[in-house]
Amino acid sequence: MGIISKKKLLKNDLNKERRHFLKLGGASIAVTGLVLVGCGDDDMNNPGGGDDEVFDLGSGDVGVLNYAYALEQLEADFYTKVVNSFYAGATDDEKQVLTDLYHHEVIHRDFFKAAITAAVSDPAMVLPTLEFDYGTLDFNSRDAVLATAKALEDTGVAAYNGAGNMIENPDYLVIAGKIVSVEARHAAAIRSLINPDSTDFAGDDVVDANGLDVAKAPSEIVPVAKGFITTEFTANNL
Amino acid sequence: MNIIKFLDQFSNANLMAEKEDAVTSRREVFARFGSITKKLAMAGLPLGAAMLSSKKSFAQSSGNTPVQALQLALTLEYLEDEFYRLGLASGVIPAGTRDEKVFMQIGKHEAAHVEFLKAGLGADVVEKPTFDFTVGGAFDPFNESGMVDAATSYAQFMALSQAFEDTGVRAYKGQAANLIPAPDLLKAALQIHSVEARHASEVRRLRGLKGWIVGNSRGEGIPEAAQPIYNGEENVMQAGFDTSAAFGADAGTEAFDEPITGDTAVAIASLFIVQ
Repeated sequence: MGIISKKKLLKNDLNKERRHFLKLGGASIAVTGLVLVGCGDDDMNNPGGGDDEVFDLGSGDVGVLNYAYALEQLEADFYTKVVNSFYAGATDDEKQVLTDLYHHEVIHRDFFKAAITAAVSDPAMVLPTLEFDYGTLDFNSRDAVLATAKALEDTGVAAYNGAGNMIENPDYLVIAGKIVSVEARHAAAIRSLINPDSTDFAGDDVVDANGLDVAKAPSEIVPVAKGFITTEFTANNL
Repeated sequence: MNIIKFLDQFSNANLMAEKEDAVTSRREVFARFGSITKKLAMAGLPLGAAMLSSKKSFAQSSGNTPVQALQLALTLEYLEDEFYRLGLASGVIPAGTRDEKVFMQIGKHEAAHVEFLKAGLGADVVEKPTFDFTVGGAFDPFNESGMVDAATSYAQFMALSQAFEDTGVRAYKGQAANLIPAPDLLKAALQIHSVEARHASEVRRLRGLKGWIVGNSRGEGIPEAAQPIYNGEENVMQAGFDTSAAFGADAGTEAFDEPITGDTAVAIASLFIVQ
């Protein structure tokens, strides 16, 4: 592996270069500001360089696994909050579905942590435990909870569909396949809870005229997921 | 209409009680699930080649190239497409209901999948087989025999739909690795795969089941002889991780869908193919 450690080396060099450059540029704050604007986001967040730099998901299969792990952490955290305090008036069917989803997503999350840990040479390559903030999301509102669940499940399906052909190891591909179809089952169930007497379970908003579901690249998914994730991370190598 | 009543009728095999030879024939047919693949594997023959020798058909598609993967997919889509066309035309699906909307939407997707795969395969397209969804008279999902009532036929139709959708999910998953050399085709296959999973979830829920597969349970109303469609789903070990550890085996097996091999998919589809 060594992808990340190599990158760290590279970045430390860049940070050194930047410090040198700042010295050369003298004490002018205005100049420093200009230089910082020219730096990447992760440097902005990590002006000192070193080991506490912003985590990058990495590249290759490890990067894809970390990417999936980030999404599963989000889903698991969301449903944990949902089942810890169901919205008022939740039906038995809704509680059953949401409890199952809570179980499944926690299992997915813990699976990825174990699988990535086993796959990498350096534990620092495993995405850390993320923290979340749902802003004004009202967990006591059926509409808000189910709409968020729908968005998360549809996003999960699109993310796995879009990342599948980035996976090199066939075993990881099959495992991603084992998970994405369960996410799609979830998406259909949530959609049918929201609007039972309809075609929404596989609606025209997610299945196109060729009968294909949505597939999205990490560059489309990560910024959306970050709406709920407060822990900084980057996906610069996917 | 009472779905539980439908399922009871179906699982009690009432439909066949009137006709002993049909029961026998169904038993024989489903017994083949377990034996065909094994026998042919022992004989060293590709399953399809033995069953359908001369035609350019799905018979030759249970291999491991991207084209063969898509040929198998097309055969399964032909099966689903025709099944829903016949079902929607038969009148067994209660008109004006949620169910009718659901099956029209699913049928629309399966028809689109057929056209999409045909276009993708071009000169490598396989012929549409001739299907028999009664499996030699064991089922009557379109209420054609006059021997069972429409409700029984509809219960069978839904059970077969679930079987086809869950089989489709497993079969596409089983072909994913074969599509690695063709990244665009892999992506498209995954996009179909998740649509099949959405279908499966909804049909299962219409039947009063969970949208996900619990252990290797096939659910009420599907004959035991069809168990091979669900065998293997009880797996709780994923890359060395025990998925049953946190919440038990039910949750662990629900959380991961399992693939089937091309040969198993062909064996299942073959039950519904005359030639």
